[in-house]
Amino acid sequence: MNIVVAMKQIPDLQQVRIRNRQPVLDGVPMTFGSIDKNALETALQLKEAAGGNVIVISAGTEELEDTVKEALAAGADEAYLVLDDELENIESSVSAHLLAELIKQIENIGIILFGEGSGDNYSGQVGPRIAEILGLPEVGYVCDIELEDSRVKVTRSLEDCEEIVRVNLPAVLTIMADINEPRIPSVTQILKAGKKPKQILEVEDIGLDLKGDKKIITLSSLAPENKRKQITVKNGEELVDALLTEGVIRR
Amino acid sequence: MAGIMIYSDKDELSFELLSAANLISGHTGLPINAVCINNSEQAQGLAARGAETYLINNEAINLADSKGMASALESAAIQLDANIILLSSNRRGKELSGRLAEKLAAGCLTDVGSIKVNRDKIECMRNSLGGAVLAAQMITSDYKIIAVESRVFEEMAVGKEGPINNLKIEAQPAELEVLEERAKVGDTANIESANILVAVGQGLKSENDMLIIKELAEALGAEIACSKPVATDKKWLPEERIIGLSGKKCKPDLAVILGISGQVQFTVGIRDARTIVAVNTDENALIMQMADYIMVADLHDLVPEMTRALLV
Ligand SMILES: Cc1cc2nc3c(=O)[nH]c(=O)nc-3n(C[C@H](O)[C@H](O)[C@H](O)COP(=O)(O)OP(=O)(O)OC[C@H]3O[C@@H](n4cnc5c(N)ncnc54)[C@H](O)[C@@H]3O)c2cc1C
Ligand SMILES: Nc1ncnc2c1ncn2[C@@H]1O[C@H](COP(=O)(O)O)[C@@H](O)[C@H]1O
Repeated sequence: MNIVVAMKQIPDLQQVRIRNRQPVLDGVPMTFGSIDKNALETALQLKEAAGGNVIVISAGTEELEDTVKEALAAGADEAYLVLDDELENIESSVSAHLLAELIKQIENIGIILFGEGSGDNYSGQVGPRIAEILGLPEVGYVCDIELEDSRVKVTRSLEDCEEIVRVNLPAVLTIMADINEPRIPSVTQILKAGKKPKQILEVEDIGLDLKGDKKIITLSSLAPENKRKQITVKNGEELVDALLTEGVIRR
Repeated sequence: MAGIMIYSDKDELSFELLSAANLISGHTGLPINAVCINNSEQAQGLAARGAETYLINNEAINLADSKGMASALESAAIQLDANIILLSSNRRGKELSGRLAEKLAAGCLTDVGSIKVNRDKIECMRNSLGGAVLAAQMITSDYKIIAVESRVFEEMAVGKEGPINNLKIEAQPAELEVLEERAKVGDTANIESANILVAVGQGLKSENDMLIIKELAEALGAEIACSKPVATDKKWLPEERIIGLSGKKCKPDLAVILGISGQVQFTVGIRDARTIVAVNTDENALIMQMADYIMVADLHDLVPEMTRALLV
């Protein structure tokens, strides 16, 4: 049984600075979304329990060929990628169609894993969209997985309750960040990662019209204004005095 | 083909969606239909708020099965002639949004934090780039799916009674089975409506130190909130108290932020606070850049000191 993990390449958000209310992305390295790393870790643990291969799928700009080494080093066996520099900021429906085409090329799939939300867009749509394209059952917000024969028992974490669900395979699952702690690859693993197999497709191979398929337009995208007083205070008393003067607290 | 349809698995959220639908309808004149699935109480609540309500009663539709739920809502949208579908952006709602959007070849926006209507154009604001930017977006496909965050709209008030109609929907058996449902042991905290918040992060050394945080919160008349790892990794506080992208968006008069580094996924939930105090041992922590009052200190020293100063 193969386990597929969808991982999205995003700029390392901790290194993004804001200038004139615009994010500065020049020189910011690409990485995978942090919850996608939890999804990969989940896949690796499932493989350790049940065998099979872990296959990473991703759609993104040419830099992805390098970024994916992160996942291969951590233990993924193989990667299926769609690379195109036009694939910067693609909308969810397009990502879903590209990734679904990649999935269709992979045989004997048991589980397809997604992050609960991507690191940049965090819309939680792509997993359910792909489940729909492939006609598969889907369980979102999973915080625990137990393999059974041709099924899995998963715990889904909702706002007010946890739901234990048994679902037939193949199935799509979206993973919560707190399900595990992703492993850090060793130096030898990083060195070997470049040699692991990669299947690379172009957008034309898939026959998707990136512009024609647009369903969303972005009118503006700005960092919110940040006007703060930035007053340094020396101790608790001074702080409390300032807050009293400001009128936000009463003694 | 034109109309608005609303659905949420949660009653209160469906009442909020009714207000959102009214805003859109007010500009576009489109009719509003509210759909309920196996929940007649919700149907009564919606009807009491004036909605043209459609109740689907079919036990084969399983709330936990996004596939069956999306099918049911797809046929409801077609039968009711609705192309603008408003869902709640809670976890079930987000799952459903993506799946339904794919069925209807629709553009879909989730976590929508505000809606503006310009003639017939519906502009949605949502966080992007992990919360670093706020994007105004519009759906251009015929079908439009908008999942609205909780508390963006007030619940529609009870008013003129609307009708409850029955809607017949066929369902396929679900490919999953719910074995058990466990309520989360949470609390009743409502950090979104608190005037003052004391938020703690990973700068807090041990769960025992939560005591000094409680004392400060009491002295301030504040609710306690936290960064995500304090709830999900450390489990010192319940998840309802998380501020941020995957937690709550809060707008208190005062937020006292203790030992939190201030990464965007956190700050997106607190940047609308009127006054922000940041206490951190690291003067270069990002949180300091968005604070009104900055205090470079160990929170374990500062917190008792502040509590004492409040109580004199
Ligand atoms: C998709 C996604 C969604 C997310 N959603 C959220 C969300 O909703 N909410 C959220 O909070 N996070 C969220 N995160 C996680 C977020 O990126 C950060 O990891 C998290 O906010 C860090 O929490 P922290 O500031 O408490 O911990 P840290 O980053 O570890 O910061 C601890 C801080 O405490 C300071 N400190 C240490 N000791 C002391 C002391 N004795 N006294 C005072 N200060 C001290 C340190 O200098 C440091 O600044 C999300 C991440 C992703 C990828
Ligand atoms: N371009 C992409 N390439 C690979 N995986 C993706 C891509 N976009 C989204 N995903 C996956 O879908 C999940 C949800 O993404 P989103 O709907 O953007 O929140 C992510 O956590 C990834 O697992």
